[in-house]
Amino acid sequence: MKRVKKLRLFTLGFAAASALAAGVAAVDTPAGGGAPAPSAQAAMAPQFQIVAMRRITEAQYRNSIADIFGPDVRVAGRFEPVVRPVHELIASGAREASISPSGLEQFDAMARGVAAQVFDEAHRSQFAECKPTDPGKADADCATRVLTPLGRLLFRRPLTGAERDFYVKLAGDAAAPTGSFYKGLELSLAAMLDSPNFLYVVETAEPDPAHPGSLRLDNYTRASRLGFMLWNSTPNEALLQAAEQGKLTDDAALAVIAGRMVNSPRFEQGLRAFFSDMLLFEKFDELAKDPVIYPYFNQDVAKALPEQTLRTITAHLLGKGGDYRALFTTPNTFMTRSLGPLYQVPVRKSSGWEPYQFAPGDDRAGLLGQAGFLSIYSHSGRSSPTLRGRAIRELLMCQPVPNPPGNVNFTAVQDVHNKATPTARSRLSAHSTDEVCAGCHKITDPVGLSLEKFDGIGAFRAAENDTPIDSSGILDGLHYEGAAGLGKTLAESPSTTQCVSGRALEYATGLGSEDVSPWVEGLDKQFAASGYGIRALFLKVATMPETWQVKASPLDQGSTKISYAGQRR
Amino acid sequence: MGYDISRRTALRGVVNGAAVAVGVPLLDLFLDGNGEALAATGAPVPIRFGTWFWGLGVNPNRWFPSKAGPNYELKPELAPIKDFQSKINVYGNFNVPLDGAPNLPHATGGPAIRTGRALTAERGLPGESFDVTIGDLIGTRTRFRSLEMSASGDPRNSLSGRGGGNLNPSEVSASALYTRIFGTGFKDPNSATFTPDPQVMARRSVLSAVTEQRQSLERAVGAADKQKLDQYYTSVRQLENQLDVQLTKPEPLQSCVVPRSVADLPVNAEIEHVILNHQLMTQLLVMALACDQTRIFNMMFNNGASSLTRIGSTITHHQLTHEEVLDNRLGYQPNATYFLTKIMEAWVGFVGALDGIKEGNRTLLDNTLVLAHSETEFAKFHTIDNIPIMTAGSAGGRMKTGIYVDGAGTPVSRIGLTLQQVMGVSLDKWGAKSMETGKSLGEVVA
Repeated sequence: MKRVKKLRLFTLGFAAASALAAGVAAVDTPAGGGAPAPSAQAAMAPQFQIVAMRRITEAQYRNSIADIFGPDVRVAGRFEPVVRPVHELIASGAREASISPSGLEQFDAMARGVAAQVFDEAHRSQFAECKPTDPGKADADCATRVLTPLGRLLFRRPLTGAERDFYVKLAGDAAAPTGSFYKGLELSLAAMLDSPNFLYVVETAEPDPAHPGSLRLDNYTRASRLGFMLWNSTPNEALLQAAEQGKLTDDAALAVIAGRMVNSPRFEQGLRAFFSDMLLFEKFDELAKDPVIYPYFNQDVAKALPEQTLRTITAHLLGKGGDYRALFTTPNTFMTRSLGPLYQVPVRKSSGWEPYQFAPGDDRAGLLGQAGFLSIYSHSGRSSPTLRGRAIRELLMCQPVPNPPGNVNFTAVQDVHNKATPTARSRLSAHSTDEVCAGCHKITDPVGLSLEKFDGIGAFRAAENDTPIDSSGILDGLHYEGAAGLGKTLAESPSTTQCVSGRALEYATGLGSEDVSPWVEGLDKQFAASGYGIRALFLKVATMPETWQVKASPLDQGSTKISYAGQRR
Repeated sequence: MGYDISRRTALRGVVNGAAVAVGVPLLDLFLDGNGEALAATGAPVPIRFGTWFWGLGVNPNRWFPSKAGPNYELKPELAPIKDFQSKINVYGNFNVPLDGAPNLPHATGGPAIRTGRALTAERGLPGESFDVTIGDLIGTRTRFRSLEMSASGDPRNSLSGRGGGNLNPSEVSASALYTRIFGTGFKDPNSATFTPDPQVMARRSVLSAVTEQRQSLERAVGAADKQKLDQYYTSVRQLENQLDVQLTKPEPLQSCVVPRSVADLPVNAEIEHVILNHQLMTQLLVMALACDQTRIFNMMFNNGASSLTRIGSTITHHQLTHEEVLDNRLGYQPNATYFLTKIMEAWVGFVGALDGIKEGNRTLLDNTLVLAHSETEFAKFHTIDNIPIMTAGSAGGRMKTGIYVDGAGTPVSRIGLTLQQVMGVSLDKWGAKSMETGKSLGEVVA
């Protein structure tokens, strides 16, 4: 069987794989081959060198279940959120995320819900080709045939022989007391869904033949990375097969596969997840606006805002194959009925989305003129040039702005009804004339003030408190006018493209921005050479050797880090 | 004593298996003569521990008493606690030394009180929060290791966890909280019959299976991932404990009355909704404690940088504390203080709800120790020395109450140390760097 041979490198693990190079034969056998189970001792031996464990996000969990079991299997539960590290991506936070007791309680409830649906009478024939000899009893043979392929899909690699035997035994043990073969399968499947092998993407490494002494990510880990990076879902059958055949460590084959993936329609789902992470879209979950001040704001609007931005991004970058920089200047977007009043534009379709183009010279151009960005970086009852300026610096240019110091006296900033300071510009002048505040507000406010013609939900206004709004702005010494001017200035700034290049690397690897910084400039040059095409950027990330290298020797890591007070027992 | 006769009468009624109209408080059926132990087994009445958090501090000169000791003075902002003053301690002048770590606005104060450590990154906790430490001791035999709640929405609003990226997420909706506590899996402790749920037995076996796989993974991971795995398996063990509890016939508990289900309500930061949500969650929590479903709880009334708002207002509580002008005549910010008044009322409501449940000759509040605190002293300036702190209840008589304790500038970790010791955690020192302390507060220990 071809598969047996190809699997050896994976299942042997780090130490044994080194030995393999010296001609020692493999000892473990893959599941599904009907070969005898390994001895207890072999099962105990470390089989993989794990270099990272990344918790899957809610979207990745949902996409995985839909891809493996079909979209009609419902996932019902509350997900423990992955904490976002300051100035970084949730994808990087996932490398550090643990699972709390109540988080696990929820995962367990979801696992049982999914498993019960998979083996209910309506679905079981899709996943169980074989029929048990007696549906009231255990049937190890049939259980093996059902659980082995499901385990491979859920763990994103073949089960080891020991794992396979374990889950089959579990199904058998549970079939007896429940008097049902399928109940046994159900419990065994729930155990897989509760397993860290499913809830975490376990990244494993092998010796790198091109660089003796160092490690590279192995084939199955690459399959997972490609799946989650490009499609935000679990690796599909084609990717797992490519991993099995060792293609993902072959540069040429890897390039072909990654190229196919970025050109697939499913790349849109991946790109949406990437930009949702980069632009902090989790903020939309908590978006609340005061209904008295903003009568045009309601739950339909709140739902439509992130969708409008994502549609604009994907239509431009994927549909047109557009230049990333033009995302900040494009007059093209999409409208839905609920957004009509906010934008003061007619929307013909009563449901769904329709393309919309702003007139030439309209101040709404690009992502920054959209109500989505404008409203999440505002307070609940008024706009905020400081929050907007800070978001532009941090999210789009990757320039962290310091927190306000702990002991600032904010008294100088007056309330919105003070007649002496009718506009945000006049109110904020208090900050920029106070030395303590000026340092940071100089970085944020001149940028954000150019968006002041859009209020706290992003609706247009020419005046605040009957005083005309001045929407001139300054970014890195360049003077411009309004949102359109800001978009143009941002599009011309080298920080903008370097920022998205760095984020793509962080997103793929789960590393922090400092870890990937040495590679950003080179990547940005290649991004430029492609005409700033997003497919080219992600293809480059997926094929550059740095993405697949393992930075420090994991053995060193193990001996230098000391566990902290939380682990007393 | 006539008392004894009626108790015996009632008991006989139960023994005879007839439905009886019980003429005495039911408690006498279940508790021993002193009301301190359960009659059936002699097991002590459970002692609970919890926290209650509010964001954005107080106006210090209108809140803190001026003189240490019992019968402390109630200034205007502390006045709402009047009816429960004899059961509440107030703590002032405890400092949060940071040893050069930044004072991250609204983020540093809370974790310092809970962990005795300075936060260095604006996320998670710098160490294990002490409610978790106490939970390791007293929370292992209940269905829920602990219950976390956030009345103003946002599951991330939590100060409880084992440190690092591990944070126990808060329940934000009262109806979801109801389902979690009293929905499937709840066994009424006063029900006459008990049958272990086969579903629960099956789940229990699934979890054991998950644990059996532990070694194969652990042998191959580095230290950072091992820590994550340890936390994962700790969570598995806790879930196993929960299930074990569900497979054991519970002790009857007289004060346990299963509440009616709760309708779905809007969850947001509007103060009117938060007050209602907090009330509902409090009622459910009180019954979860009376029915011994958990012995550890964490209630967050609002978040650190409070996003509380009033309908029709242009700004939030947080913005008000910074931007509202100090009223020269009043000496404080009236609009920001409006929220503080509502918060203190909610706290009193919380204490009152616990005190309203009788357990023997004590109340549920007496058998509980609740720590209430904020994350700043005076929010306008983000000050973190002299953060307002209170405790309510006496942990079954282990704490003296009705006292104002003046910390005289000593580290706030002394409070955490004292509460852990009172709850039975064996430790003589707690906290890190300048917050490490071995000096507990003798004046409140009974």
